[in-house]
Amino acid sequence: MGKLLVEDKTIVTPGEELAEGMDFLPAEGTFRDKDKIISSGLGLVNINGRVIKTIPVAGRYAPKKGDVIIAKVTNILMSGWILDIDSAYSAVLSVKEAKDFIRRDADLTKYYNIGDYIVTDVVMVTSQRLVDASMKGPGMRKLIGGRIIKVNTHKVPRIIGKKGSMVSMIKNATGCNILVGQNGLVWINGSPENEIIVVKTIKKIEQEAHIGGLTDRIKTFLEKETNKKINIEKVE
Amino acid sequence: MDKEQTNHILNFLEKGIRFDGRKLDEYRQIKVEKGFSENAEGSARVTIGDTIVFAGVKLSVGEPYPDTPNEGTMMINAELMPLSNPDFEPGPPAIQAIELARVVDRGIRESGTIDTKKLCIKKEEKVWSILIDICTVNDDGNLFDASALAVLAALQDTKMPSYNGKIVDYKKKTKDTLPLNLKKIPTSCTVSKIGNHFIVDPVHEEEEKVEARLTVEVEEDGTLCALQKGGDKPLTAEDIDNMVGIGIEKSKELRKFL
Repeated sequence: MGKLLVEDKTIVTPGEELAEGMDFLPAEGTFRDKDKIISSGLGLVNINGRVIKTIPVAGRYAPKKGDVIIAKVTNILMSGWILDIDSAYSAVLSVKEAKDFIRRDADLTKYYNIGDYIVTDVVMVTSQRLVDASMKGPGMRKLIGGRIIKVNTHKVPRIIGKKGSMVSMIKNATGCNILVGQNGLVWINGSPENEIIVVKTIKKIEQEAHIGGLTDRIKTFLEKETNKKINIEKVE
Repeated sequence: MDKEQTNHILNFLEKGIRFDGRKLDEYRQIKVEKGFSENAEGSARVTIGDTIVFAGVKLSVGEPYPDTPNEGTMMINAELMPLSNPDFEPGPPAIQAIELARVVDRGIRESGTIDTKKLCIKKEEKVWSILIDICTVNDDGNLFDASALAVLAALQDTKMPSYNGKIVDYKKKTKDTLPLNLKKIPTSCTVSKIGNHFIVDPVHEEEEKVEARLTVEVEEDGTLCALQKGGDKPLTAEDIDNMVGIGIEKSKELRKFL
């Protein structure tokens, strides 16, 4: 029987031994060296039955299939666009995957031009890290107006909250449009005063993501900032 | 999109606030730390918001220029480190780095804050030469003001090394400071124009939308000692009047950090 060398939810450094024996299985952020499981990154240990993985606490966005991200158009090809996805790799959006049908000889800048921000879906990441994006599907569009801020990509789940509860709370309190991309880019559009409250709130969430009772603290923070009472809809 | 982002900024400025909630003529939090480096004769680290700039002063003994045989020399060099902004490339200094160094240099030279005559050791043969390095660690806008502040703080921090007539012993620092005229120390305030609005201390995203900027360097009594205009769009005489006014007003605030 194998032996665990660390407790669940401790922070480990690269090279730290997590478990001994063949009973445990290495998942994301870990690897097996003979009969030991070793961490390959800095992060929180997550033990789920026999599976051990580390959840990174910092670092760049690693593209994953199915992520909805906010990307910036950086170049135009013969048959598509190159997107900056704020990662080590860039993505390609092919003409076929654009929102509308595009004729063969059309001017691609009419659809998405260099510097435009778009909401897009990661449809494929190859082993060579070639990332394919797609605009097919609901909610994928070009972003008009507003502004973009960057947050730590690993804090995105806390900004969104359970079933989007956190982000919808901020939306209701401030009346701003908010879109959170998995790659850590956030698009905000609203009136100047409210946008500033949104930015403050998001920065607060980013800083305090690891401390418990986040939703209540953010609720009181928003109430103080907007001078309005907020009712949280309970999410099961 | 670029146009839309500019419009978005203009909507903000119309209401008198900035992207981070500041007023138009409000600086971010400024912090000046003097003497963080052991090996330099004088050094300073300046942080304005997320912008971080280091400045270091080295002193050596060299020959004076033939046209000023009894005056010490000064040289400023700026390096925009690639780690501070993805747009900066390694290699020989780019045009922005040269401009940055020259603007800071001009402020100090023209204000006459360094009494270069006192840096003379032997006429026509030996003078102290001051070498100042600016190094950007993080660029979140307003490198001009941060660099100028860092250089002046580093100059104030400078202690002369001991010199026996032949060699300079950098390990032994004397208590002597540089011959600075404190009244003439220049402060640099860069005023930027977006639309019809004048702002100070732009962050990186605002800096991309700046149409024109004017760096105003002022001595303690309000005497202008240097100006530098940048950006693509022209400025009217009225604009310059306004910008210089803001620069002089803000310089009082910046002076407190020196």
